[in-house]
Amino acid sequence: MIMNPKRILFSIALFSSSVALGQIATQTQPTPKQTNNSRPGAHVAQKQEDAGSRIFRQNCSRCHNAPEGFSPNISETVLRHMSVRASLSMREKAELLRFLNP
Amino acid sequence: MRGLRLPFRLLPSGRWSTTLVLTLLVIAFGRSMDAQNTPLISGGIGFFTDTSAGQTTYLPIIEPLLAAPLGPRVLIESRAVLLETFAPNGDGAPGYNHSHFIGLTYLQGDVTLTSHITVVAGSYLIPFNTYNDRLSPIWIGNFQRGPLIANLGTESTGTGTGGMLSGSAVSRNKYSLSYNAYFSSLVNNSYFQSRRSTGGRLNLFMPKQGLEVGFSYNRSLQGVQENFYGADVWWEPAYSGFQLRSEFASGRHAEGYWIETAYRTQAFGGFDSIVGRLEPVFRMQQTFRRDGAASDSLPPANTQIADFGLDYNLPHNTRILASYSREFASTGNFNIWQTGIVYRFLTPVRKGK
Repeated sequence: MIMNPKRILFSIALFSSSVALGQIATQTQPTPKQTNNSRPGAHVAQKQEDAGSRIFRQNCSRCHNAPEGFSPNISETVLRHMSVRASLSMREKAELLRFLNP
Repeated sequence: MRGLRLPFRLLPSGRWSTTLVLTLLVIAFGRSMDAQNTPLISGGIGFFTDTSAGQTTYLPIIEPLLAAPLGPRVLIESRAVLLETFAPNGDGAPGYNHSHFIGLTYLQGDVTLTSHITVVAGSYLIPFNTYNDRLSPIWIGNFQRGPLIANLGTESTGTGTGGMLSGSAVSRNKYSLSYNAYFSSLVNNSYFQSRRSTGGRLNLFMPKQGLEVGFSYNRSLQGVQENFYGADVWWEPAYSGFQLRSEFASGRHAEGYWIETAYRTQAFGGFDSIVGRLEPVFRMQQTFRRDGAASDSLPPANTQIADFGLDYNLPHNTRILASYSREFASTGNFNIWQTGIVYRFLTPVRKGK
């Protein structure tokens, strides 16, 4: 059986749109707990998502789950590795380093 | 073996030991760094099973990654793979066949020249679309198998040997633009097999919308010179737990695309609850062959695969992957069942001050 490509594309678009629209409809502002969920190791409790947390979520968490904490000794090495993979700017690197190693 | 995409070469054990020595030298250099610059070893260790058209294989695998800074501007990084494949003997014979691979996936030096330019030299992952350099590690991918089009535009090996410029061209709160441009030479030795090619990628990311759009180009400069074009679109709305990733790639003889969606809910106690750790994933992919001159590794006939997966994100950096796929092609339809567990590790090479 050969599937009809147009039908497949239509089904995928419909499925994706449904899920995404459902999510956006129920989307709420992040609570501090949700914000900290995306952190690689909750070094510091925060009430607002700071720039470093946002940059981590937008760049690192886009591809992979955050590792559950790691030694502060390697925070800059992690950052330098990631900055090549994610093409981070200097400003983003500085914010991320503060976030990883407050 | 079509089970797991393997963008690496088999290394003779003697040469592998040489590589290990080089690695240790790199680590030794790293000892002079300050506390946050300690070299690290990361990677994934996993065990996979794959049953395709009734044939089962078992795959224990380790993908270690080393990153070692040399001073404030240079980073040496490398990823390798060690795996053993076991498959039952056919025709009712008892026992298992097995084979192994040990290989370097890449070994590169990154030199930060300015805030917008990083020079990458050595053996690097070809930045064509997003799968090859961003999603291929076993601790990242949502499916055990890579997409069918992963070899289009990446010179089949997935790696280039030469130089690359990479960096963030513009970074604003509302958008950022990043780029890669590379040249790879022909290398035939056991360590860094690559083809002569050139190309680049341009990515636009809009954080507020969670939208990323990229365009890639690759030109093979040896043998049958061929252009490859790629485009990728990702949409990951913030805090939604929803991912939509897609890629399209086109060459002279074949083209294809894949679309993948994944979702984690936080409605039952957040992402770290028992339910929130569940991650249903779906991927659709199609390849289309234009002619019989197969200069790539895409299937010889038009192929469609629907992948249905259910991943579970355990605590302590461990993931369970399970999926069912159905492949449709004029050469035959069959089922693919896959399971696996992956642990991701990340540790300093030495204890810090």
